[in-house]
Amino acid sequence: MPAGVTMVEAVGRALGQVLDDDPRAILLGEDIGVNGGVFRATAGLQARFGPDRVVDTPLSEAGFVGAAIGMCLVGLRPIVEIQFDAFVYPAFEQLASHAGRFRWRTNGAYGLPMVIRIPYGGGTKAPELHSDSPETLFSHTPGLRVVAPSDPLSAGEMLVAAAACGDPVIYMEPKRLYRRGRAEIPDRFQPSSLDRAQVVRPGADVAILAHGAMVEVALEAAERLADEGASVRVVDMRSLYPLDRETLLRTAREVGRVVVVHEAPRHSGVAAEVAAILQEEVADHLLAPVLRVTGMDMPFPLFQLEDQALPSVSRVVRTARAALEY
Amino acid sequence: MRDLGAESEDLAPGAELMEGASTVLGLPDHRRREALSDLGRPLALGLFAAMARLRAFDERAVILQRQGVIGTYPTYFGEEAIQAGSVLALKDHDWLFPTYRQNSVVVLRGCPPEVPLLLWRGNPAGWHDVHRLHTAPVCVPVATNYPHAVGAAWGSRLLGEETVALAYGGDGSTSEGDFHEACNLAAVVGAPAIFLVTNNQWAISTPLRLQTRVERIADKASAYGMPGVRVDGFDVFACHLAVREAAARARRGDGPTLVEAVGYRLGPHGTADEPSLYRDPESARRWGPWEPLGRAAAALVDAGLASPEELGELRADAAAEMRQAGDRLQGFPLPSLEDVASRVYRETPWTLRRERLREPTYLEEG
Repeated sequence: MPAGVTMVEAVGRALGQVLDDDPRAILLGEDIGVNGGVFRATAGLQARFGPDRVVDTPLSEAGFVGAAIGMCLVGLRPIVEIQFDAFVYPAFEQLASHAGRFRWRTNGAYGLPMVIRIPYGGGTKAPELHSDSPETLFSHTPGLRVVAPSDPLSAGEMLVAAAACGDPVIYMEPKRLYRRGRAEIPDRFQPSSLDRAQVVRPGADVAILAHGAMVEVALEAAERLADEGASVRVVDMRSLYPLDRETLLRTAREVGRVVVVHEAPRHSGVAAEVAAILQEEVADHLLAPVLRVTGMDMPFPLFQLEDQALPSVSRVVRTARAALEY
Repeated sequence: MRDLGAESEDLAPGAELMEGASTVLGLPDHRRREALSDLGRPLALGLFAAMARLRAFDERAVILQRQGVIGTYPTYFGEEAIQAGSVLALKDHDWLFPTYRQNSVVVLRGCPPEVPLLLWRGNPAGWHDVHRLHTAPVCVPVATNYPHAVGAAWGSRLLGEETVALAYGGDGSTSEGDFHEACNLAAVVGAPAIFLVTNNQWAISTPLRLQTRVERIADKASAYGMPGVRVDGFDVFACHLAVREAAARARRGDGPTLVEAVGYRLGPHGTADEPSLYRDPESARRWGPWEPLGRAAAALVDAGLASPEELGELRADAAAEMRQAGDRLQGFPLPSLEDVASRVYRETPWTLRRERLREPTYLEEG
């Protein structure tokens, strides 16, 4: 038995911890009960906490995301599982027209303490609409927080933090990393900051900014570039709204060359925002244009072509080289 | 069977459309008097007074819109019976999920009337205290408030509370997916929810026959495995009793109810709407006699529960209350946009912090 837990197990542990700690926490989603979720993130939780706290819902994203809003009003703290990324679209109206607006509609008095967990992203050879990266839809929607972990420990720490946040959090789970590696985790997760990026590899020549599954790609690219003698800093952005402005600016000031990686389509993506902030605020420190390695502005391809569409280590390496050679 | 292709205008107002709708005012004289005295004078007059306040609010709001004091306003003239009847059928801790068409029901829960008026004036002070009043903010996107009511009702039951949640909507809302998802979910989990659909035959210019092929919206309930009832939406006493019964059923643990309050939109969709563009003004005139305050007043007087003077006084009081509320709007303090920006998140992110907003790319210099 390998030591440590996978990311999907860490998610399950964090959910168990939240349910244990807070009698007002409740899980809603499709197939999350007896079945433990299609990814098994909630395995064993219904047996432990009962069907009234780990609730199998009808196939009704708008219905149960909307119901989660109503539950918040009466004092519950729902954590909703969206089965696959693109299945969130039917609930988009509830999130954009209501979830993000309730605190504003109460002049700041009452927020909605809800978490929307969305397994997202490509690289799992899945059918159409099971590989989308819709984070920008939410980072462009006022009133929501958007975060994405990239390893088992951060998954657990950010999830317990999201559950305690008091505002709606879109919690993007890079499903391609669900079972990728194992990590030691503590008996209890301590809630981490929800709006801080993390430097996951120090470096001084070029910085690669990524989130979710792309952090792994960035780290591999950094390793390869290191073989060529480049010192590469890798920043796990973790929070997509709000972005960690301080870390972004510091990175640009210190390193001067920045590459941003995400699998979501390029246009109006997170990388565009990072580039905009950097050129507005630290243009003098930039030694090269901020470059982007992203998904394409088209539907995520059927999976025989997905490896070409997903940012690869070699694309990131080539792009970082371009930044270095600028 | 009604010819589904028939023009709405051709439908004789009244009896035919009200078929199967519960009524108090439509009962034979002696039974109506009996039903009203069963309700009791305090409640019967309370229902009338509540309608009077809603009517006065609506009339004042239209005047204020014409004067340019408030912006566009969705009038509900003629729907006071449904709103007053339902609010008074619930307990104060029960939750209401109004739409723009029920924008002033919070007033019946104790909210000062200038608050909803301020909302239409575009002042954030118009957001009422949701938790004190157990009334959700006015919902603008059609049908999206139904799932909220399901969650509130279902969640309360999970918390061991005896709380009922009622969501309002119109005939047009029943074509939206959220209506279906909410009804289905509520029935599946047995949520103590009430879906109160005002069928006023019109969604702006879209008549009911372009909205649905069922003749009765209440019939849709059977698809979800919940009871569907129809009530005369111009009859405050019948509306009250129908919602009271639905609430009792919900509290007993017997799940949700779909209540269809049948009526006719006597006025425009809102102050910016011109119904003569799409419907014969004659039809609204023919429905005129169903207007709920006049009908209720006549029945109360007939039953010996009130004098015309007494009822006139209630209406005059309500008109004065709303006129005074309207007078308080101009000069009402307006928060700064920076203050409002600090009310979006519990911890305001840097993107919305004061120093950020003071950058010239954001705010005008104040």
